[in-house]
Amino acid sequence: MSLITALKVFKMKAPKFISNLYLFYRDGFTNMTVGKTLWLIIFIKLFIMFVILRIFFFPNILNSNFDSEDGKASHVRKELIDNSK
Amino acid sequence: MDLLDVSLVNWSRAQFALTAMYHWLFVPLTLGLGVIMSIMETLYLKTGNEAWKKATQFWMTLFGVNFAIGVATGIILEFQFGTNWSNYSWFVGDIFGAPLAIEAIFAFFMEATFISVMFFGWNKVSKKFHLASTWLTVFGATLSALWILVANAWMQYPVGMEFNPDTVRNEMIDFWSILLSPVALNKFLHTVLSGWVMGALFVIGVSAWFLLKKRSVDFALKSMMVGAIFGVVSSLLVAFTGDGSAYNVTQRQPMKLAAMEGLYEGKAGAGLVAFGILNPDKKSYNDNENPYLFKVEIPYMLSLLGYRDVNAFVPGVKNVIDGGYPTPDGKQPLSFVEKQARGKAAIQSLANYQLAVNNKDTAAAALHKAQLKENYPQFGYGYLDRPEQLIPHVPTVFYSFHAMVMLGMYFILLFSLVLFYTYKKKIENANWLLRASLWSIPLGYIAGELGWAVAEVGRQPWAIQDVLPLQAAISSISTDSVKITFFLFLILFTALLIAEIRIMLKQIKKGPEEA
Repeated sequence: MSLITALKVFKMKAPKFISNLYLFYRDGFTNMTVGKTLWLIIFIKLFIMFVILRIFFFPNILNSNFDSEDGKASHVRKELIDNSK
Repeated sequence: MDLLDVSLVNWSRAQFALTAMYHWLFVPLTLGLGVIMSIMETLYLKTGNEAWKKATQFWMTLFGVNFAIGVATGIILEFQFGTNWSNYSWFVGDIFGAPLAIEAIFAFFMEATFISVMFFGWNKVSKKFHLASTWLTVFGATLSALWILVANAWMQYPVGMEFNPDTVRNEMIDFWSILLSPVALNKFLHTVLSGWVMGALFVIGVSAWFLLKKRSVDFALKSMMVGAIFGVVSSLLVAFTGDGSAYNVTQRQPMKLAAMEGLYEGKAGAGLVAFGILNPDKKSYNDNENPYLFKVEIPYMLSLLGYRDVNAFVPGVKNVIDGGYPTPDGKQPLSFVEKQARGKAAIQSLANYQLAVNNKDTAAAALHKAQLKENYPQFGYGYLDRPEQLIPHVPTVFYSFHAMVMLGMYFILLFSLVLFYTYKKKIENANWLLRASLWSIPLGYIAGELGWAVAEVGRQPWAIQDVLPLQAAISSISTDSVKITFFLFLILFTALLIAEIRIMLKQIKKGPEEA
């Protein structure tokens, strides 16, 4: 099959594939029972982790204090040398 | 070192331990139950028996509950690297970052893609495609574990890297030696197999509950058989890879082995402590107190397991500190004092190198770089003041190790009995064995946590073995902020655990008919 033929076949079949995929997930999510509770727990957990903990409690120390890679390296070098004294 | 806030290190350690231990409550069941449900679905495809489909769907629901509650709990560990352990994060460079990135991009997305087919695809995709999706979900989860364990193994046995004093990072020079290091391979197998044991314990325990309640008997018997066979095989493999772990520890982390055995004075033809009680009056590695109040020892076994030679010399805590003990390759290990001197020389070379670079003195820079490279294997010893800092907390390591081994042997016995009684069709009436199976579920979790305690407490004081101790790995942040987040995690994870147990129990009580 040439590339052009393959593209034509894909163009004909793609909408059906996308619509099947949509229906697959729509039906899956609609028919969930315990899954609905689990998704709720997942979203609450991810919100707490990424929105609250990550932003307010877990800044990346080096990224927040230094703009360049050299700056980060110099800081760590200083810490490594000073901590040994 | 005295200037460093010790409580900051301890609170950061406690926070990491808390997060890792909670995370490990979810992971092993995902790994083990995933394989069991895949086996059941394979049996369904082969036999066409709807009972196997029902059984698969029941265990798949419980797998889904565990997966959903546990997913992403490990990401918090990565938050902690960037905040609490920023020196470490920078220092390890791409060696730690690469496996974690591969894990996040490849393995996790593989899991996420196929898990939806696994849950939503019943009667929508072909049986074979569904089965492939189930296996690929489990394969993805196992692959995730591989990359995380490779990163952990590198911390225990750093290989395949070279320290670059310009970037102050360890740079990967040999990916395959990191991935295929004997420590990484064995750690992966031992850890994943322990998850399989957990899955088997869970399946026979829950099935035992159904048999005790005289509910869904056919389903429970089928599950019991699969769980018991899987349990026997995986628990024997855990014992085999456990031997491999101990062998690796003997070769590469002799202080950890000494702590595991409570061995202070090494000897040739050393025996393995099968059971022992440590002497609490033993306060120092070089006092004359007997380390044990009581012990039962298997003669020559420690030398045999550690060096594959009954007469080999196994170093104790004192030997590792004093150095100079006999080794199979004839090399004389350095003493703490010698390693400390080399470590301090390495750190000084790092400082001198930077000075030379700043002064554009290329000859001096080359000299200091060469000195740094020569002494780099002992870099971390330059941060230690006293030999006692090399010794992990012996009672924690000793008792964790021995309890883990005893539980491992108990699991082999339990699975064998369950298999025998199930095969002989007597399991339904063996209430004592059913109760033992049910109440052994928590023991699987305990054994897994004890294993991690041996691995991680046993390698103290190192963040990276011999190269970076915790004191040098930590960020200069407020101890109070670490305390606050410690308790926030405690609340979050406890809430997740309670949610998991409640949803799990509700689903179990519904039984396979409603799965």
